[in-house]
Amino acid sequence: MSTATPTREPATEHRDDHSGSAGSPAKLRRILQYGVLGVLTLLFISPLVYMLSTAFKTTGDAASPDPQWIPDDPTTQAFDAILGNDGTPVVRWLVNSLVAAGLQSLLIVATAALAGYALARMDFAGKKWIFGIIIGTLFIPPVILLIPNYLITSRIGWLDTLAAVIVPGAAGAFGVFFMRQFFLGIPPELEEAAAMDGAGRFRTFLTVVLPLSRPALVTLGMLSFLTNWNDFLWPVYVLFSPESQTLPAGLATLQNANAVRYDLLMAGAVIASVPVLVLYAAAQRFVVEGVSRAGLKG
Amino acid sequence: MTTTQTVDDASEDVRSAPASGAPPGGRREHETRDAYLFLAPYLLLFLAFVIAPFAYGLWISLHEYDYSLPEKPWVGLENYTGLIDGTSPYAEAFWDSMKATWIFTALSVPLLLVLPLLVAMVMNEKFRGRNLFRAMYFAPYVLGVAVVAVLWRYLLDSNIGLVNHYLGVLGLPSDTAWLTSQPWAWISLVGVTVWWTLGFNAIIYLAALGEISPDLYEAARMDGANGWQRFIHVTLPGLRPVLLFVTSVTIIASVNMFGQSFLMTQGGPGTETRTAIYQIADTGLTNFNSGDSTAMSMIFSFFLMLVSTLVFFLFRDREPEGSRR
Repeated sequence: MSTATPTREPATEHRDDHSGSAGSPAKLRRILQYGVLGVLTLLFISPLVYMLSTAFKTTGDAASPDPQWIPDDPTTQAFDAILGNDGTPVVRWLVNSLVAAGLQSLLIVATAALAGYALARMDFAGKKWIFGIIIGTLFIPPVILLIPNYLITSRIGWLDTLAAVIVPGAAGAFGVFFMRQFFLGIPPELEEAAAMDGAGRFRTFLTVVLPLSRPALVTLGMLSFLTNWNDFLWPVYVLFSPESQTLPAGLATLQNANAVRYDLLMAGAVIASVPVLVLYAAAQRFVVEGVSRAGLKG
Repeated sequence: MTTTQTVDDASEDVRSAPASGAPPGGRREHETRDAYLFLAPYLLLFLAFVIAPFAYGLWISLHEYDYSLPEKPWVGLENYTGLIDGTSPYAEAFWDSMKATWIFTALSVPLLLVLPLLVAMVMNEKFRGRNLFRAMYFAPYVLGVAVVAVLWRYLLDSNIGLVNHYLGVLGLPSDTAWLTSQPWAWISLVGVTVWWTLGFNAIIYLAALGEISPDLYEAARMDGANGWQRFIHVTLPGLRPVLLFVTSVTIIASVNMFGQSFLMTQGGPGTETRTAIYQIADTGLTNFNSGDSTAMSMIFSFFLMLVSTLVFFLFRDREPEGSRR
């Protein structure tokens, strides 16, 4: 949104002022530009294309030193193998990842919206302290919490369960900070009107504030989902039995067990990529905006 | 849960308060109770999985907290001093991993600051399909380290990998052991990381470039500034606040590198690409020497925060008067 409007590029204006020099330099520049873009696109996208194509190759073709961009002998054999194999329950991993990322996003969005609202709009004893401590933890390197959180998770009996990858990770401060910033930007008059009509804090929050906050809630949910879906370090240590793993941890298992079966590995990688790529394509605007806004205002 | 105040439930009537300027004291107490109800779900998580583990981590680092020991005897700063003066059995492995982290950071951060800026400047021009290009460059970042590492292990395979194949086609050496020999292992890890995360920084730069007023470029052009001068005098100053963000985020991400090395090189050859996070996780979660491991994480964090502070002051001191935010 904010990026689209004020972008009147120097390039377009270049042609307006010095009409004499507009011809060939501008054209050359355009060719150069598309050349650079073309090479970059090739570098960025071709590995992904190759991953996809290899997932549909036979084991032999996947291990062939002559690259096949389009499989000579396309087959779903790799997918059949990992989807049907008891040792690598990829369907289970997929479900685990969906459940973990989905539930964690909901947990983050719900708790962060409530807490962010209190911190943005309500006046209460201890507010400064609580806000200061929460924000302060944004600056603690997460590795400090790695070992103790492992021991706590183990103590509660959550090791090797999805709760371990859902709950501790939802305690981060980013969501609260993000929602608070958003709420600060909503004109308070709307809430005051609701309060005048006799609505309590919670009702005002539900009926006035939340509907206005849809873009922020979606953005936070999306970013949380992507983060959880791709998280690697924590799940690889807290989930160890095959049926409790998420896709990233499962891929590591797959790699250790099938180091040379690249058809299988690429099929696993494709399964792990497709949901996030689809989500990203659908919500690209939100994700990119959320990220760039974090950069401008963070 | 400890914080939820249910003491002053006496003044129950919520509606009367805002309607007719109620006594300020009661209003505020109400607010406080409501506010803590709003905060409770998050604070519960926060106390259990941020504050408690933080304190617990400090406590662990002061004890001989070994998996095999039934008692966890207090050792004071011994875990720290052992790592620092080299008497701890983990000292050498830890400092080697710190060195590996430093090598990776020194190699990757400059590339991740400069290349995305170039990409962003190319993409900041107006042309057809701009949004599509943006989306494509960001796509690898969405994938996560496990997919990226598994994919590149395949592409970098020394016998059947695409990279060696095309190098051969170009007439270059085609038998490089990208993941098992040096300096190739570092080059691979850095290259893959740049490929993976370049889009993230580029998007941030791009948003910032869009915020720089075209009038400034116009004025510079009037004054006869050429492209390079406009870059130095308009683009860079305009990017300064964002540069601080991008630099810090990139340093923090590079210093925390784990998955690439865990999955692509397994820390090898030898333990040369075993980074600090890898070493900390291995010591604490594989060997269960939590005391040593938490002490390592504290020392590591100390350096990380030192670097972050340094970056912050580097950018803050030279900030021009008129810049906003």
